[in-house]
Amino acid sequence: MTVIQERVKELVAKYGRSRENLLPILQGVADSERYVSEYSMQVIAEEMGLSAADVYGTATFYSFMEITPRGKYIIRLCKTITCFMKGKNQILLALEDALKIKLGETTPDRMFTLLETNCLGWCHKAPAMLINDDVHVDLTPEKVHEIIRSYKQKANN
Amino acid sequence: MGKNVLKRIDLIFKHEDDCKEILQKTLNRSNDELINELIGSGLKGRGGAGFPTGLKWKLTREAAGDKKYVICNADEGEPGTFKDREILSTVPHKVLTGMAVCGRIIGATEGFIYLRGEYRYLTQTLQPEIDKFHKICDEVGLDFRVKIFLGYGAYICGEESALFESMEGKRGEPRNKPPFPTEFGYLGQPTVINNVETLAHTWTIFKYGAKKFRDLGVQDSRGSKLFSISGDTPIPGIYELELGMTVEEFVEDFGDGDTKAVQVGGASGFCVPRKKFRDIAIGYQGKLTGISLPTGGSMMLFNSSRSMYNVLHNYLEFFCEESCGQCTPCRVGTQQLLHGIRAVKRGEKPASYLDTLFALSETMKATSKCGLGQSVANSFQSIVENFREEMIY
Repeated sequence: MTVIQERVKELVAKYGRSRENLLPILQGVADSERYVSEYSMQVIAEEMGLSAADVYGTATFYSFMEITPRGKYIIRLCKTITCFMKGKNQILLALEDALKIKLGETTPDRMFTLLETNCLGWCHKAPAMLINDDVHVDLTPEKVHEIIRSYKQKANN
Repeated sequence: MGKNVLKRIDLIFKHEDDCKEILQKTLNRSNDELINELIGSGLKGRGGAGFPTGLKWKLTREAAGDKKYVICNADEGEPGTFKDREILSTVPHKVLTGMAVCGRIIGATEGFIYLRGEYRYLTQTLQPEIDKFHKICDEVGLDFRVKIFLGYGAYICGEESALFESMEGKRGEPRNKPPFPTEFGYLGQPTVINNVETLAHTWTIFKYGAKKFRDLGVQDSRGSKLFSISGDTPIPGIYELELGMTVEEFVEDFGDGDTKAVQVGGASGFCVPRKKFRDIAIGYQGKLTGISLPTGGSMMLFNSSRSMYNVLHNYLEFFCEESCGQCTPCRVGTQQLLHGIRAVKRGEKPASYLDTLFALSETMKATSKCGLGQSVANSFQSIVENFREEMIY
């Protein structure tokens, strides 16, 4: 049995085989593998008695469901109106500078992926970004460099 | 600026931890009595649509079904709104109490909080609160359990029928209505789905009585409301205010002295230009009269340094990405509006092309399947009408 098959079996045992558990199961795979591959989708489909197309259709609908390999830390910078007004583009430049990658890319050491996202719900403390589940607000270019440094240190320890 | 014209209300975030007493006291009353109290309070849905909450509970209670559900809609995705996050961080027990009382009234033993993926970190504090609340339910003899269901980055899932589809393990594509959730909701069963803030208000109503709530606000727009205030303001944040205020009063309190427009209700809401501040109020009856605008609480201020073209461009990019793609008017319409305003700005199309786009937005309003496609016209038309020169030059 492959690692994915084991993981999927474990998740299906935890949540159940019925379709309303598909999203939690996809999220479970995304959590451990950092993304959901087409192979994972096929395994999930088999385990749950669904068509692979159904699983693919559901998985690809949700913008947080990564379907290509991502870094350990996924950065999602808010680009919606208030963050845009409060200097989101300068924050993006600072992130690109600190990580030496462009928007949409992953660092060669697979540590960081840099993405943009829609409104994070922190407009009163804009600009804001998520790094995995953690929120960072009131960003400045200086603060961005500090934050990235602290994540790099955390990763090295 | 900062004149404090508007009275600040302190009900929702008021520190109150008498959860068990309030739940017990409320459950001691009959279902009919509670529904009448809720209807009498005049509480309307705080997610923005403004459906009377008491009536929703009553209809779901009367609907036939094998099982019924209570769902708290915490998929707070409208640009410029962040109040629900604060409620779930600070007073989740008020929301849970509202859900449990609703469950008893309609005959549901299962409830869900559909939490947007962007707020996933909240589960760390919310889950222990839910566990604590389950113990309280057991102590007062109520069979009721709440689970968190995590969304995963899809604005459209805040639309109630798309939310059900998502919970059923499908793409979050809205259903045709009717049937409405009161009859055919999650798994096809009668379902009450309420916004986080709406449920928190039911705590106030059950604890203090309908009158305390009803005494706030104006006719047809009763009670207080949380406003998420951002943009060009010296004091951004979350404020509880009475419904019925004019935009002018709002701007006096929250503007920076140079406010040229206020977006009421987020990207799917309306843009109010300075010359109309005095004429427009914030409430519910506006859907009929056009004088007062409903809102889920998103209030974004823009001063004269902002280009309204950039604002509209940002909204349209948002809608292009968040349209579920299911129906043609919305999928194609959002893209054409975006391409269209770019072409006019670059001079590739004449200014009169804005009128063609205007007509397209009307078509989207009339023919889109759900609220997303239907409401793109709100911001598009109100910005193009009032700031036409900024779209062209």
